[in-house]
Amino acid sequence: MASKQESKTSPSTTRAQKFPVGIAGVEITQTEIEVPASEPPALGVNSTLNVIGKPTPRLDGRLKVTGAARYSADVRLPGMLFARTVSSPLPHARIRSIDTTAAEKYPGVRAVHVLERILGSAVVRDTSKEMPSKYPIVRYAGQPIAAVAATSQTAANEAARLVKIDFEPLPFVVDEDRAREPGAPLVFPAPADQEGTAGGGGGPQGIAQNGNVRGPSKGGMFGPPRGDITKGFAEAEVTVEGEFRTQVQTHSALETHGIVADWKADGLTVYASTQGTASVRDEIAEVFGLPKSRVRVITEFMGGGFGAKFGAGNEGVLATHLSKKAGAPVRLLLDRKEEHLSTGNRPSSHQTVRIGARKDGTITAIHLVNYGTAGVGTGAGAGGPAQNMYTCANVLTEEADVFINAGPAAAFRAPGHPQGCFALEQMIDELAERLGIDPLVLRDRNDANPARRVERQRGADVIGWSRRRPAGSDSGPVKRGIGVAQSVWYRFTDMDSSVEVRVTRDGSVELLSGVQDIGGGIRTALAQVVAEELGLKASDINVRIGDTMYPNGPASGGSVTTNSITPPARNAAYAIRQRLFALAAAELGVAPDALSAADGRVFVASDSSKGLTFKQVARKLKTEQIAELATRTPNYGKPERGFDNYGGVQFAEVSVDTETGIVTVERIVAAHDCGRPINPLAAASQINGGVLQGISYALYENRLMDRNTGLMVNPNFEQYKIAGSRETPQIDVVLIDEYRARSSTDAGGIGEPATVPTSGAIANAFYNATGVRMREIPMTPARVLAALADARGRTGGAR
Amino acid sequence: MNAFSWTDARTVDEALAALDGTTAVKAGGIDLLDLMKEGLATPSRLVNIRNIKGLDKIATTDAGALRIGPLVTLDRLSSDDEVRKRALVLAEAAGHAATPQIRNMATLGGNLLQRPRCWYFRSEQFNCLKKGGDHCFAQEGENQYHAIFGNQPCAIVHPSATATALVALHAKLEITGRSGAREVAIEDFFSTPEQDVTRENTLGTAELITAIVVPAPASGAVSAYTKLGEKESFDWPIGEVAVVLEMNGSVCRSASIVLGAVAPIPWRARGAEAALNGKTLDNATIADAARAAVAGATPLAHNGYKVAIAEALVRRTIQAAGASV
Repeated sequence: MASKQESKTSPSTTRAQKFPVGIAGVEITQTEIEVPASEPPALGVNSTLNVIGKPTPRLDGRLKVTGAARYSADVRLPGMLFARTVSSPLPHARIRSIDTTAAEKYPGVRAVHVLERILGSAVVRDTSKEMPSKYPIVRYAGQPIAAVAATSQTAANEAARLVKIDFEPLPFVVDEDRAREPGAPLVFPAPADQEGTAGGGGGPQGIAQNGNVRGPSKGGMFGPPRGDITKGFAEAEVTVEGEFRTQVQTHSALETHGIVADWKADGLTVYASTQGTASVRDEIAEVFGLPKSRVRVITEFMGGGFGAKFGAGNEGVLATHLSKKAGAPVRLLLDRKEEHLSTGNRPSSHQTVRIGARKDGTITAIHLVNYGTAGVGTGAGAGGPAQNMYTCANVLTEEADVFINAGPAAAFRAPGHPQGCFALEQMIDELAERLGIDPLVLRDRNDANPARRVERQRGADVIGWSRRRPAGSDSGPVKRGIGVAQSVWYRFTDMDSSVEVRVTRDGSVELLSGVQDIGGGIRTALAQVVAEELGLKASDINVRIGDTMYPNGPASGGSVTTNSITPPARNAAYAIRQRLFALAAAELGVAPDALSAADGRVFVASDSSKGLTFKQVARKLKTEQIAELATRTPNYGKPERGFDNYGGVQFAEVSVDTETGIVTVERIVAAHDCGRPINPLAAASQINGGVLQGISYALYENRLMDRNTGLMVNPNFEQYKIAGSRETPQIDVVLIDEYRARSSTDAGGIGEPATVPTSGAIANAFYNATGVRMREIPMTPARVLAALADARGRTGGAR
Repeated sequence: MNAFSWTDARTVDEALAALDGTTAVKAGGIDLLDLMKEGLATPSRLVNIRNIKGLDKIATTDAGALRIGPLVTLDRLSSDDEVRKRALVLAEAAGHAATPQIRNMATLGGNLLQRPRCWYFRSEQFNCLKKGGDHCFAQEGENQYHAIFGNQPCAIVHPSATATALVALHAKLEITGRSGAREVAIEDFFSTPEQDVTRENTLGTAELITAIVVPAPASGAVSAYTKLGEKESFDWPIGEVAVVLEMNGSVCRSASIVLGAVAPIPWRARGAEAALNGKTLDNATIADAARAAVAGATPLAHNGYKVAIAEALVRRTIQAAGASV
């Protein structure tokens, strides 16, 4: 075996390596792949390992539940000032003037700053066509305008009210149907574009725009439309078509967007609630013209992001300006209202889905037309599932963004996919009924993904699919049903993912990476990977993450984190292991490759009594500390994106009270795959969270805009309704171990696919219960009663 | 929130002496804090009555009535044996309100006096009728949770679950002012928007509720309470019904039926009561009563569904009360 130094200097050297491929409990085969010689040996399947794949409680769980974990909101620095933003009360306006005099004079105020430009919104493509204005045009109520920093939060709040702004109100529209009509007030005077973020979001650039309607664009992120739908529908013997609507959902992370900015002569340090320490650093460095090396971003713990926390944001820019002006650290944490209004949301959709199939169930054509609103942003597409779930030869998606005067969308846990699945999976259900084919069998016929096939089988066993009765079988007022829907998501890899592993002479092990924990538990997964390699316990590894002082970590978006950052962790640990084995081998008088590591010992594989403790080996280090840095290596011959898909199949059992319209989710069975699960306990936790967010999306959450004033009426947690403990059903997680030989850990991702299918599964269960389709979410009592009454009307009151 | 001063009253008289048009009474402080944070209440002084001795008692009088102090928390109300025995609908209403954390702090008096949850009222950005403006934004706006009865000129629903129960129980309030105490039937305590759109009750500036008196249950009394929210955890009702029936065997001698979350005041369904009085409690009679309960509803553009829900809840709640005979 080549030594570490040789392999590093000869990256072109490869070796053939056998990897396990397949699904545990179904079939595992060995496949041989050429990998760089510096790669560690292939890992066996999880059942052969000591730490990886074992349910492992979070290393930081105790810190979190005792309140000892320090979130950005908890940061208090000496001399720190408190800030408050000043936001627009109007949905559309030109600012004639801003007078900050009174605010500046308020006791305790140290700095006031007015924003020069707005981040996160679309901008007019040809800047000469933007409305002339000294200040950014206000395009939504809640758009930040300025901020005040003072010695207390109370003083900042009071002073913020003293900033005098003279608005010229402009005509507005907050209703997407109205916005599409000719003569509707224009949100932008000319075509507009928005850049995406590290987590996606934003739409394709340079799209034709007519009034407030931008697009349609055809095709998706992996390419143009497939085949010819005219031909596909001509081949079809059965065609189904349906119209569906989904609402705007706000991210509603428990920790609001916030930052503590500490501007000093020698550099800027920011404590940010972010899912991308590096992406915040990059945005701040760009806005302030600073070298990236002078910007340090720290995120020890963060309270949720879901896609809306990649950049510095307007609040980060404001806090940094205020800190620079005041010469003191500034804390700017948004309140819940600002969070709902200005920091992102999941776009709405208004979809028409048409599917054609042959009588044997072969889908011949899928056509999706969608109009969604991302407010003053772009990227309301919902076509991913229609494009990528099934092997249909003819697929056309035509999708347009509808601008309205509301806060911009941001990437949100599988952008476009919950919307798309809600519609697509109900049409698949309807198609199955029309064809007289079981919905699971119909999917078997059209879905090539091997993991989902297993998930359908295992999930069906757990929920008891054979109990499922024909739609509308119950006679009483409360009706029960079972439904299924599935998700598709993709393997994205952030190649800019690095880890350093250090061992000191006392035998302690440290891991350093800029990667942050968005909540999935990456600290523990990283510790498990290093512990496996070094023969230690996960709790032996001191994991330091969430700081751009450490090697660059990936942003946590697109379900990339575990997939991207665990391979370099293993590779760095492997390099350390080789160095330690060399020392141990000399002591034990054997060749290094005769050694093995487990249970805190390094020993001769053929005679485990012959060995040293890990600490004894470390004591032989010639320097106090050794360190190895590793960066993500390519996916063993596969590209960074767009080749594998992950997914899941969820089964819902619901009851519908047809007299009150209340839908109760009684049980969800969630069968999912994520490549090799590193920590099945954390993966199950992600799935639980995805299901809960999916239930909340299906039944409760809804941004409600008052069309007469252009204001959101429920920017709080009282009337913006989120599922709580009593809305939590029994959730059974079925986790598939799938091996694909894509990296040294072969880990995938789970955060996003876990929330995609829930609303579709609930809708299909609703249909099975009542014989009526819910074509719009959230399924409020008002909508449920209307849909049931409508169906009664159509069937002459028979139901 | 504005700066304010603080009076810690030790007696009712001390509290009354401190009250004027610029002060606010603080008991549990739950609703008051919300109002102050949004700038809807800007008192110069808070008069804390939480430490007044004797206002947190639950007593049973010789006549079998319950005398409940206004500082009794919703949590205690929901679990107190005497209350559960003599006024089950009140215990149930208190136990289904808000969240466990809020029920630990919120008081019965505060629950009766809380301001409505209408989102137009609750946002300082809408200068609605209730705040002295000239417009009810709910009439042509987002009114899915608003009133289906008595909803002109203002369409709030009364927010108090305990009020719904107490009206059904024919409770009385003891109200103390500087010149002494008066007693008022709780039904007469709440006022409609037509009477004064800026208020929900008739409590004077320098007055406190000092006791809530629930008369002894009549012989043969049975009762039931139902709250329906879109969610079960932390949500306001979209329909709420309290039913108290005086039964003689299977015949209903006298019915008291009150709907919550449907009108600016606890809404007594007199038509439904009349439909039950003197009748044998069978399914047809109960269905008639439920229909009568919603006759005359005047829903707005987005809350018609609440009429159907109210009807179903009245029917189910009467059935539940009848089943407990």
